[in-house]
Parts: sequence; structure tokens; C-alpha cells
Amino acid sequence: MQKAEKMQALREFAAEIRVETLKTIGSLGFGHVGGSMSIVEAMAVLYGDVMKVDPKNPRWEDRDWCVLSKGHAGPCAYATLALKGFYDLELTRTLNKPATNFPSHTDRTKTPGVDLTTGSLGQGMSTATGAALGNKIDGRDNHVFVFVGDGECDEGQVWEAAQFAAHYKLDNLVCFVDSNKRQLDGPVDEIMSHGKGLGAKFDAFGWNVIEVEDGNDVEQVYDAVHAAVEVKGQPTAIILNTVKGKGATFAEPSGAHSSQPTPEQWEEAIAAAEAELAAVKAAK
Amino acid sequence: MSITLIGKHEKDSRNCRDGYVNAMLELMEADKSVCHVDCDLYNCINTAKLAKAYPDRTINAGIAEANAMGIAAGLTATGKKAWIHSFGCFSSRRAFDQAFMSAAYAKLGVKVLGSDPGVCAAYNGGTHMPFEDCALYMSVPDAIVIDPVDYVQVYDLTKKLTAVEGRLSYMRMIRKGFTTVYADGSEFEIGKGVTLKESDNDVATIIASGIMVDESLKAYEKLQEEGISVRVIDMFTWKPIDEDLIVKCAKETGAIVTAENHNCTVGLGAAVARVLAEKAPTPVEMVGVHDQFGQVGAQAYLQEVYKLTADEVVANVKKVLARK
Repeated sequence: MQKAEKMQALREFAAEIRVETLKTIGSLGFGHVGGSMSIVEAMAVLYGDVMKVDPKNPRWEDRDWCVLSKGHAGPCAYATLALKGFYDLELTRTLNKPATNFPSHTDRTKTPGVDLTTGSLGQGMSTATGAALGNKIDGRDNHVFVFVGDGECDEGQVWEAAQFAAHYKLDNLVCFVDSNKRQLDGPVDEIMSHGKGLGAKFDAFGWNVIEVEDGNDVEQVYDAVHAAVEVKGQPTAIILNTVKGKGATFAEPSGAHSSQPTPEQWEEAIAAAEAELAAVKAAK
Repeated sequence: MSITLIGKHEKDSRNCRDGYVNAMLELMEADKSVCHVDCDLYNCINTAKLAKAYPDRTINAGIAEANAMGIAAGLTATGKKAWIHSFGCFSSRRAFDQAFMSAAYAKLGVKVLGSDPGVCAAYNGGTHMPFEDCALYMSVPDAIVIDPVDYVQVYDLTKKLTAVEGRLSYMRMIRKGFTTVYADGSEFEIGKGVTLKESDNDVATIIASGIMVDESLKAYEKLQEEGISVRVIDMFTWKPIDEDLIVKCAKETGAIVTAENHNCTVGLGAAVARVLAEKAPTPVEMVGVHDQFGQVGAQAYLQEVYKLTADEVVANVKKVLARK
């Protein structure tokens, strides 16, 4: 497949993930829309192109791993995994309903394709690092991709894990930093700023760092990930400059962490995302 | 379970930490999935031996216990059987959210080792003296919590716990040699208390673990001299606790004394009292730390300060007998 063709397919996949993520959260009416929408393009690139996975055998030993340390982005993972064929799309509509296998935060014991349990911020960074180490000890030819939020980077554990991954030269670990610039209480720069910047921090911790100017641009993310998986001797951090709530008409303007819009606002948002999907397909 | 009791109050010629290390050397040789994660404390429990023999599976995570717990959970997710060690205060308090969520909630059977339990932290003082470590882990659903006493018990339980899958476990460990209770070759069953002394004439039962097992055996002898016959149980598994044995002892002897190197209001005493309240209401007295912080000093001095002694066990047996 030519790159242009591939990019077109990934853009379509991203637009589909965006629609289904909205429908998943919308089935309940409220949830973590902001941080689910900002990582859509990265998830599209991973599951649409980069990652080796087997939907029929989610725990396949040689698979690539994906860990949402920012576990509240679960709905985006649920939509992505459904579209990838891990389970029926309709199941995602049980999100947060009684006895669901699709809880607010990702849970390895409940959802096929979810590799680790997250929710308490910072922890997925360590468990993903441990998984990368375990895979390296066993000589597997695979990668672990972990997503941390820029707000999540307030947690000291993120940096404990970062120093560990660099010390043990875990070049099979790639960390996406979803720099959507907002955390629950407001702008990251106002709540808890990151000194010389998250890229500079990871660099100081001994990581290879790739800054992606627009983390909601499929091609930019694609180029960054393909560069990252070739790096030897150190882990790579990909700083994704993203927009919180990207593509959700009620959430993008405010950059809200969680949203409970009216039914009319849901309809409007889903219609807009579907129109975007149609437009992306039409651009073929 | 098959045990041989020595229990002559002699100092253990071997360190408990070597019970762990020697068991791990065998386990790591036999099973490539067994790993040890440490937090800059190789030189405190001799795990440098593991690092030398199995450098790829012995991992020093530095002084970063929260991350180390996550590393152990991640390793477990890839199919490893991972132990993680720090001092008991840090492997519980410092990494508790990680132990709870990354390991237990995620059904990843990380094995946590906490050295220097309670007064055994001695000269490291109150900052390093966990009287709450077991309580924290007992609050985790389905966790296994163990307070062993000597080299032989640590050696055997290291092997038993390594075989447990999908379930968080926490084992305390006295670093040095304390007293020999069991003979080599003794084997234990997780969740089953060991009856060390028993007769048809028992008027009370002492339920102890860790350093209090030997103190309880001394108390048994003192009480024998006074014509008072008591039963002695080594309840090394605090969770899941041996409910059947507690109920049996309560029904047969009618009075219970618990003895632990821990805050008894949230530890072994509380666990035993809960079983009795639900299944066989019986008078209980508790020997242990009563909701206090630790402090610095020699272990023997601290055992006097916190009343973790044979004399205190004797006094509590008499106290509980008066309540029958």
C-alpha cells in the first residue's frame, strides 16, 4: 500500500473511532470525553497500522501491548478494539452500566484486548515498563505502547518509571504523552506546570524524544511511531500536542475533562463526527 | 503440612533472609519465570546472590518502591512469577496503592516481601517500624498475608507463595536469625495454623505468629509449672485465617489469647476476634502493640516497651481465664 493510501485508511479509521467513542460515552450520557478524544489519531495509527495483535487471541504472547495509563480514556480503547474485531461494537454501549465489562477505566480482567489495569494515575507507566522488561527478558520481538496524560505527569511515579526504563535501556517501550494542555481543574500550565517542558524532562531522564506538532494529525503520528520503533538502546517518548475533546462539539471549545451534555448536544456532536467521517471518506 | 517442632528458645543459627534467598536460588534455577525485584536493598537481605546467579531476572529498581511494585505487576502480566522486596514499612505503606490496583485489583499475583517487621526494625526506629503492614494488606480482597518466624518457615513459604497465581501475597520477614522453632524439612500449608502444643486439659489457647511464637512457647512452659495447661497455635497465615481451627480451639478451651508483633487492634488479634464474634463468642485478650507508633532501640528493649514478652502472654492468659 502506498503511504498516501495508508494515510487515507488511517484517517478513516480515526474518524470511525471518534464516532464510536462518542456513541459509547453517549450511551450513558456522561463521561471522560476530553481525554478520550485527544488520543484518537494515535490509537488509529497503533491499531490500524503498527501493532501486531490478534483479536481472536487477545493474550497472544508475541503481541504488541497498549496501555492507557491515563485509564479514563477507556472509551476510546473500547471503540478502537471493537472496530478492530475484538468484540461486538454493541457491547461498548454497556459502558459503566451494571455488570459491564467496559468500566470507566481500563481493566485487563474485563475487556478483551486491554493489556493492563489502570485508573490510579501514574501506575500504568510502571506496569507498562514492567511488561516491556518482561518481554525483553524473554527475547520477544514486540513493543509496549503506553499513553500518559500531561496532567498525569504531575505524578512522581511517571518519573520513577521513566528513570527505570532508561536505566534498563527498554527500547521496546514507547510512551505517548498526550499533551492536551488541560487537566481536571484547568490549564496544565496553571495547575502544575512542567518546567522546561515534558520533552525536555523525558530527554533529561535519558529518553529519545520526538515532538509531534499536531498529535491529531494521522500522518505526523505515523511518522513519529515508525521512527520510535526503530530506536535502539533507549525508550522513546512521543510528545503529542493534541486538543482535549477534539471533534466533540460540546467538549472541544472548553477542553473539559469530563462532560455531561444534553441529549441534543449529544445528537449534534455525533452528527458532526459522522459528517466528518463522511467527509474523510469522500476525500478518497 | 508436616512439621517437627524444636522450640527450645535457641537463637536460629541461620538468618531468615537466607531462607528466602536459598529458596529463590532453587526456584530461579528450576523456573525461568521466577524474578526478584529489589529497592536498593540487595545488601540487606543478601539478594546480591540472586543478582549474581540470575542477573537478567534479579532487578534493582532503586529507591523507588511505588514504581518497583508496578514493575513487578508488569512482569507478572508477561507471565513472570515476581517477588518484590523492601523494608516492611515501604513495601506496604509506600507502595500500597500500587499493590492494590496494579497488582491485586488487576489479578496479578505479585509476591511482596517486607523485611524488619515491627520491633525487628530496632535501630532503624519508628520511621521504619511497621505495626500496620499486615493490616494494610489484610484490607485487600483475596490477599494472602503471612508472618513467619524462622529460617525453615521462610524457606518453605517462599516456595509455597511462588506457586500461587493471580492473587496478591505479602510476607513479612525477620532479616536476621531470631529463634529456631521448626526443624529442617518442616512444611506448611498456607491458611492452616500449626498446633504446637495441645492436650485434653487445655483451658485456653494462645494464637501467635512471628517472634511471638517462641515467646508463647516460653509462656506455655511457665504456665505448665503453675499447673495451667494451654494450647499454642502458630497462626502464620493472617489471611485467609484458619477459621476452623480458631473455632475448634475456642470450643475446646473456652478462652483465647492472641500474640503479635503488630498493632493488634487491626492485626491478628482483630482477625481472630472477628471470627470468634461471628462463629463462637469467646473471651479474648490481645498481646501486641495497642495503637502506638514505633520507636528506636534494641529489639529486646522494644519487646519490653511494647510488652511483646512471654510474661505478658502469661499475664493475659490469667486475665482471660478470669473472664471465663
